Amino acid sequence: MRSILSSLAAGLLFGAGLIVSGMVNPVKVLGFLDLTGAWDPSLALVMAGAIALSWIGVQLAGRRARACGLDDSPKRRIDRPLIVGSVLFGLGWGLTGLCPGPVVAATGSLYWPAAVVLVAMLVGLRLGRTQ
Amino acid sequence: MEIAWSQFTPWHALAGGALIGLAASLLLLVNGRIAGISGILGNLLHHEGREPWRWAFVAGLLLAPLLLWPLVPALQPAALVAPTFSWPDLLRLLAGGFLIGYGTRMANGCTSGHGVCGLARLSPRSLVAVLSFMTAGFLTVAVWRSLTGGLPL
Repeated sequence: MRSILSSLAAGLLFGAGLIVSGMVNPVKVLGFLDLTGAWDPSLALVMAGAIALSWIGVQLAGRRARACGLDDSPKRRIDRPLIVGSVLFGLGWGLTGLCPGPVVAATGSLYWPAAVVLVAMLVGLRLGRTQ
Repeated sequence: MEIAWSQFTPWHALAGGALIGLAASLLLLVNGRIAGISGILGNLLHHEGREPWRWAFVAGLLLAPLLLWPLVPALQPAALVAPTFSWPDLLRLLAGGFLIGYGTRMANGCTSGHGVCGLARLSPRSLVAVLSFMTAGFLTVAVWRSLTGGLPL
């Protein structure tokens, strides 16, 4: 029960962060990706704030996180699926101004384009293969 | 390159980013899990990954805007205005959505899993993923702008 409540709280906080930062809004995200137009650097600061606070969490988790087997990914190789998959994702990100978290939170905001992206994204997630 | 100072919202960005990082830390410290949205959604779509904590996280993410509804106009840095429906837009959104899902599943992560949690853990794999999807995003928008004169909205 505790793990479900903390997970729900984390989802709510994450969603609140996406709303406050403006990342549910494709206008803000595309403003960042639009290097050849008028560039909005906001997204870089969202990442900086999020990474700083997560870094503290990672430090606090320390040994406990390793005990859960969470240190597997840094040891894994940098391979083709990582790069090809990320490029495909970046293409979709640029076409929509949405990434997976904002897709869900913007759907909750009753923003219809996000609901369309969500359906197609779930199909992609179902058909895609992890390494 | 020209900076759009009128659109730049640094305080919203930092405050919202901090909330996202706090959420990721909470999930890591209490649940021992990584807040990677594509991974959480992808696992829910496969039988072996349907664990209750994943449903709870997605429910929170989906419900946050509904619970905050009266406060959203005051909290957000720019109004979220949906465009009017058009068939070309629908095709663009469907294609983009599929690429987001397929690509993040293949790369084992997205902006949250690789971008926030991975970089916070100083993972070289995540750094490569972030550089790859950022470059692809920049190029996609640049090509779109050169072809249409605007943004894909």
